[in-house]
Amino acid sequence: MIPELGYGAAIVALGLALWGALAAALGARTGRPALVLSAQHAALGVFALVTACLALLMYAFLTFDFSVRYVATNTNLGTPFYYRITGVWGALEGSIILWTWMLALYTLIVILRHRESARELYPWVLTVMLGVLAFFLLVITVAAPPFARLHPVPADGHGLNPLLEDTGMITHPVALYLGFTGLTVPFAFAMAALITGRVGDAWLTMTRRWTIVAWYFLSLGLLIGGWWSYHVLGWGGYWAWDPVENAAFMPWLTATAFLHSVMIQERRRMLQLWNLALVIMTFGLTLFGTFLTRSGVIASVHAFTQGTIGAFFLGFLTLVLLTALGLLAWRWDALGAQGALDSVVSRESAFLLNNVMLVAAAFTVFFGTVFPLLSEALRGVKVSVGAPFFNQVNVPLFLGLIFLMGVGPLIAWRRASVDNLRRNFLGPVLTGVAAAAFFFALGVHSALAVLTLALTVFVAATIALDFARATRVRARMGEPLLPAMGGLLRRHNRRYGGFVVHLGVLIIAVGVTGSQAWSVQTETTLGRGESTELAGYRVRFEDLAASEESNHFKVAGAFTVSDGRVLGVLRPAKKFYPQEQSPIAYVDYRLGLREDIYLVLGDFARDGSRATVKLQVNRLVSWIWIGGLVLTAGAGLAILPETKRTA
Amino acid sequence: MSRRAWRWLIPLAALPLLALLAYGFRVNPREIPSPLVGRPAPGFALTAFDATPLTLDAQRGRVVVVNFWASWCYPACYEEAPVLERSWRAYRDRGVLVIGVDIQDTVEAAQKFIRDFGLSFPNAPDPTGKVSVDYGTYGVPETFFIDRRGRIRARHVGALTDDVIRAHVERLLAEPAG
Repeated sequence: MIPELGYGAAIVALGLALWGALAAALGARTGRPALVLSAQHAALGVFALVTACLALLMYAFLTFDFSVRYVATNTNLGTPFYYRITGVWGALEGSIILWTWMLALYTLIVILRHRESARELYPWVLTVMLGVLAFFLLVITVAAPPFARLHPVPADGHGLNPLLEDTGMITHPVALYLGFTGLTVPFAFAMAALITGRVGDAWLTMTRRWTIVAWYFLSLGLLIGGWWSYHVLGWGGYWAWDPVENAAFMPWLTATAFLHSVMIQERRRMLQLWNLALVIMTFGLTLFGTFLTRSGVIASVHAFTQGTIGAFFLGFLTLVLLTALGLLAWRWDALGAQGALDSVVSRESAFLLNNVMLVAAAFTVFFGTVFPLLSEALRGVKVSVGAPFFNQVNVPLFLGLIFLMGVGPLIAWRRASVDNLRRNFLGPVLTGVAAAAFFFALGVHSALAVLTLALTVFVAATIALDFARATRVRARMGEPLLPAMGGLLRRHNRRYGGFVVHLGVLIIAVGVTGSQAWSVQTETTLGRGESTELAGYRVRFEDLAASEESNHFKVAGAFTVSDGRVLGVLRPAKKFYPQEQSPIAYVDYRLGLREDIYLVLGDFARDGSRATVKLQVNRLVSWIWIGGLVLTAGAGLAILPETKRTA
Repeated sequence: MSRRAWRWLIPLAALPLLALLAYGFRVNPREIPSPLVGRPAPGFALTAFDATPLTLDAQRGRVVVVNFWASWCYPACYEEAPVLERSWRAYRDRGVLVIGVDIQDTVEAAQKFIRDFGLSFPNAPDPTGKVSVDYGTYGVPETFFIDRRGRIRARHVGALTDDVIRAHVERLLAEPAG
């Protein structure tokens, strides 16, 4: 009964979404508000029905309804309560429901916020949002039905993929999907702008905050994904340039480019065409990412291969790209630049360069991701593109971006005078050079590491300089120091939110540099009571212990870690799940600001007399997570409603 | 071409990419190369669920389809079980043998699975997991096609379809036994 209800709700929602999309468009063409109102009601109905679908699926998980194939595939009687809830989005069908629900939620918020303010654009925004919703509902009802039945009904389910039994998996997909679906809103506004011909700044102003919201969630999702990879997968890394990671990273890059180029259009009336193209590209990349991860076209460690769904996504991607680019071509004449670039040494050109580099990075990631397919299509040779390619191409781009991060916010608009340059950059440049000398003297001899650290210090100095100046101005006007600082952050939250994001990126850059340049590892087999040493740490193998958990069997080793004095006992383990062929590693670690100690259990003797252990000392990795927190806090600050400037 | 006309090339720029992605569907990620293809199939001697002995060596001269499965493996094993049974009935008189090897399973669950699907071809548990190790299986379901001379000729990862079985079996049947 429950599954049929869910299925029925999805079908009705599909009908409503189709009607709504059509009605809003008709309403806009004929100028009949009643039709737009009807579309609005349809959107509310879609939200209610999709919410019901999600709730029903959750109910099926909580009650172990194994007659539903999706439930049987992703849970079993031993699955703990929390993971029965997260199991809902543990695989394809359910994640599409979650995705659709979020999209419906965004549509709802768009209605609440913009039905009055966006008069001309609003009906078309509704059409696009509902159109995209209709596509996802079509997937739910036809290509990947989550409520499909299973015959015969098994006594127990298969169980969730054990790697997904982690708290990170509760939040990671949710954040990532909120980011992905959130990017639909700017796309809808861009389409509405193209359709109505109102390609000026209105759509841009209305969608800027939306883009930051989506960007915030996308960043959060990527960071949690990295953290999950680091502490669950047991290879000691946080980013592998896997196609699925790339799928989320590419729209992040183009959305970042958009957030910057928006400022040029606002200030200088330039780049209208470019901004629209960026929004289209970003939305296209979210669809492409979904296609990539759901179609099984490109091999990846966490891609699921699933029948017809790939064709659905490809069809929709085709429709979206051809329509959007067609509209762009149609409005070509209206999209000419009104401003012009005055000088190469100006904020405009710094931002332009930033855009070029971000899009170039997105392109190289894209190229590397589809290259295996290209190679097979053109030459018939199967190849794989690994981390070396991505690192080699992207590291210089990212270094350039960090440099621009220091230049962009402080250099003058239009044309920077020599005086402006000296006033803003002499100090930071000297600080950066001094930092380079300092790190070199400290024994950092890798040119790349010295360069990265020096650039980081340079950018940090520009931020400090700007903040100090602004605070001084306020302090002169009689404000005490701390309220002056707080007031700055609050009053100019967009500018200083941006600075905080930049600081977060700098901290992440330090963490990445440190972990790449200075991490060390060793792998060794130890008898009971024997020790090994690495980077000043001594690790002694104490014993092995086996235990029966609710849905798996666990063998854990106990290792005492000391650096002269005993720091604690780490217990890396192997988990044996009945439904998995090979055991799942369970990493144990001790995080620190300077370095993490990271232990992975390898093979072991059954009697517990010997065990192989991989010991890693990973340097500065914690700063990646700290930088992530700073970055998201900055994005949060930038999202806050802007307050009027004090006169 | 006039200035106004070339802008319509913009949407067309997306076409090569879309074509490339569409090409991706023609590539079958389930056809996984195995170092065993072309080599003699590792022999095994198992005891079927109905207690009859089941050895691979005794099947020389027949085309053998060795299918690794488990009762907890679905949807894939549930999808292909009827397919296998159908193929077995269609090809048994033409010198084809289907062998099911049940791995990492309990006897009760496996027998219920065989009953539920009415499987009539021989099925045997692999209690020590030796056979699946010898064949280097990634997971279940996985299927190996062995020719009349006892060599592995193809490997299929994931659920079988009628087409896949037909293609492989017909090809092997067409070859001379010697």
